[in-house]
Amino acid sequence: MSKRTKNTTPSRGQIILYSIAALFCLFGLADATYLTVLALTGEAAACGGQAGCQEVLGSAYARIGSIPVAAFGVAGYFTAFTLATFAAFNYTRARTFFALSVGALFAATLWLLYVQAFLLHAFCRYCLFSAAICFLLMGLVVASPSPRAAKD
Amino acid sequence: MKRFLPFLIVIAVALITFGSGYALYRSKKIAAPSGTPGVAGGIHVRGKADAPVTIEEFGDFQCPPCSTMSGVLHKLGEEYGSRLQLIFHHFPLAVHEHAREAAIAAEAAHEQGKFWEMHDVLYKEQALWSKAPDVPVLFEGYAGSIGLDVERFKRDLLNPEVISRVDADQKLGASRGVTSTPTLFLNNSLLPPAEINPAGLHKAIEDALNPPQKK
Repeated sequence: MSKRTKNTTPSRGQIILYSIAALFCLFGLADATYLTVLALTGEAAACGGQAGCQEVLGSAYARIGSIPVAAFGVAGYFTAFTLATFAAFNYTRARTFFALSVGALFAATLWLLYVQAFLLHAFCRYCLFSAAICFLLMGLVVASPSPRAAKD
Repeated sequence: MKRFLPFLIVIAVALITFGSGYALYRSKKIAAPSGTPGVAGGIHVRGKADAPVTIEEFGDFQCPPCSTMSGVLHKLGEEYGSRLQLIFHHFPLAVHEHAREAAIAAEAAHEQGKFWEMHDVLYKEQALWSKAPDVPVLFEGYAGSIGLDVERFKRDLLNPEVISRVDADQKLGASRGVTSTPTLFLNNSLLPPAEINPAGLHKAIEDALNPPQKK
C-alpha cells in the first residue's frame, strides 16, 4: 500500500472528509453490486417495471463484451473505498490515487450520463444514484487539500 | 493494532460485498423457474404437446413487430399442423403504456378459456387501443365481442392470481435473458433476431424437423 507519512498526523478535518468519502464509496459499491447481480441473473430486463431502467440496462451500452458495465463500477468503487480508507489513516500517496480513481469514476459517469441522455433518451434511477455518488465524491476531492499542501 | 485497521476494514468490506452479492445472486437464481425452461410453465399453447418443434414467443401486445409476428406464427401453425407447437409468454415492456393492461386482459380472458381469442383481437386492434385514453373500456368491448362474460372479465382484471401470471411470465423471460420483443425460442434455443422473419423461421423449423446429416 501507499507509503505512510511519519512526521505528520492527519487533521481531524481530513479524517472526517476521507471517512465521508469512504462512506459514499460504500453506497456506490452497494448500488453497483446490485446492478451487477441484476445483469448476471438476467433481471435487468424486468428492472422493477421501470421504462427507463429497462431501456438503459437492456441496451448494448450496459455491457462491454460479456461483462456488465456495473461490474466495472464495483471494481471502481471498491478501489476508491480502499484508497479513501487508507487516506483517512494518513497514507499520503493514497490521497493522490484516491483523487485519480475518483477522476476515472467521474469520467465514466459523464460518459454514461451522455449515453442515457443523448443516445438512449432514457434514464435508469440506479445509474442516476451512482452518478450522484460520483459527483459528491468529486466534490470531496476538489474540497480536500492537495497532499503537498497537507504536508506543508 | 491501528496499523492494521485500514487493511482489516478493506478486507471486511470486500468479504461483505462478495458475500452479499453472492447471496443475492443465489436468491434470484433460486426464485427463477427451473426445469425445462419455458415449456413447463407455458400455459398458452397452440398445437400438439408432442409436436417435434416448439416455438415459444415472449411477446408484448403493444409491440408492433409482435403483432406482425403473431400473423407469421399463425400461418406457420396452419402450415405445419401437428408438427409445430406454439407457446406464448407475456413480456410487456415498460415503455409501452398499456402493454401490461393488455397482458392482464388476455389472462382474464384465459379464465374463461378464451386466451387465444383475446390474443388475436388485441394484436388485430393494436393500433386502436395503443393510443386510446380509456383502454379498459375498449378491452371490455373486445371481451364482449369474443363472447366472454364481461362482468366476470372485469372482476378477473383485478384478480391477483391473474395478474401474478403476467409477472411470472415476465420473470421467466428475464431469467432466460429476454430483453426485447418478440423474442423466440425454438426447441429451447434462442433464435437470433436475424432469423425472426418468415423465411428464417421456415428454415429453422425445417432444420429442426430434418436435422442435417453428419458426414
